[in-house]
Amino acid sequence: MKIRLNGKECITEAKTISELLEENNIKVEFVAVELNKKILKRTEFDTVKINEGDSVEVVIFVGGG
Amino acid sequence: MIEDKLIIKGIEFKSRLWVGTGKYKDFEETAKAIEASGADVVTVAVRRVNITDRNSPNLFDYLDPKKYKILPNTAGCYTVEDALRYSRLAREAGVSDLIKLEVIGDEKTLFPDVIGLLKATEILAKEGFMVFPYTNDDPIIAKRLEDAGAAAVMPLGAPIGSGLGIRNPFNIKIILEQAKVPIIVDAGVGTASDATIAMELGCDAVLINTAIAGARDPIMMATAMKNAVIAGRLAYKAGRIVKKLYATASSPFDGMIG
Repeated sequence: MKIRLNGKECITEAKTISELLEENNIKVEFVAVELNKKILKRTEFDTVKINEGDSVEVVIFVGGG
Repeated sequence: MIEDKLIIKGIEFKSRLWVGTGKYKDFEETAKAIEASGADVVTVAVRRVNITDRNSPNLFDYLDPKKYKILPNTAGCYTVEDALRYSRLAREAGVSDLIKLEVIGDEKTLFPDVIGLLKATEILAKEGFMVFPYTNDDPIIAKRLEDAGAAAVMPLGAPIGSGLGIRNPFNIKIILEQAKVPIIVDAGVGTASDATIAMELGCDAVLINTAIAGARDPIMMATAMKNAVIAGRLAYKAGRIVKKLYATASSPFDGMIG
């Protein structure tokens, strides 16, 4: 199905956030996830379902002042 | 020497020099400079995970978040809404309830939008964040931020990355005189003496990024800043002499040959 991941259109087989992270080789540690602009709790990564057309943002810490 | 620890809302900070992690050549240099600075607080930014380059290194592969207090920022946020969004994402990432709150008002000066900053500080403090708002060197706003629940107030010495030093030490002094929360100068330090001046004024800490990362030798500059902050703090505690127009001899008059 088609979703938007970090602003880019992508095709995914993942059904949950955890699967999406794994599919993209993103370590779950230190990331935060927004699904359709709603911030998810880490405990929801396994349970919240991804649907066609969803917009997912995955952020992490980078160097900054 | 009597212990002189910085404690904010019950949390003990080992160093009065706080450092940023931006603008370094690579993560290796970042880690070395931070080590040399002796800082135990490091600021970080929140950004999208790189999904195109899956092997790109992660900051925390080089900086152990258990060893440092992580202070995420909301750099790049121009609205209250965005600042809240980034703050909440930062907390959800699970390393810290601390937030260096920036609501920027103008792209060229990166001066804060203090009206938005005050609103965001109030909301986030109520949500249980330890809020460190980056603000102007305005004593009235500093007080308002304190009243809104800021854990500490971070007035700028000069614009971010400008290296102009402490442009208005008198305002910083007034902010310090009336503050009940710690005051941490954030932004503007260009070289070691600037950091010392901030500490001599009585600031509780100094946050530095560009002056270290942009130096020809960032690791050496990190060491310089470490010592500068210690020197300034000690001078503040020791109490400087009063400035006088005329000389006072240091050597005795008695015993001079006739």
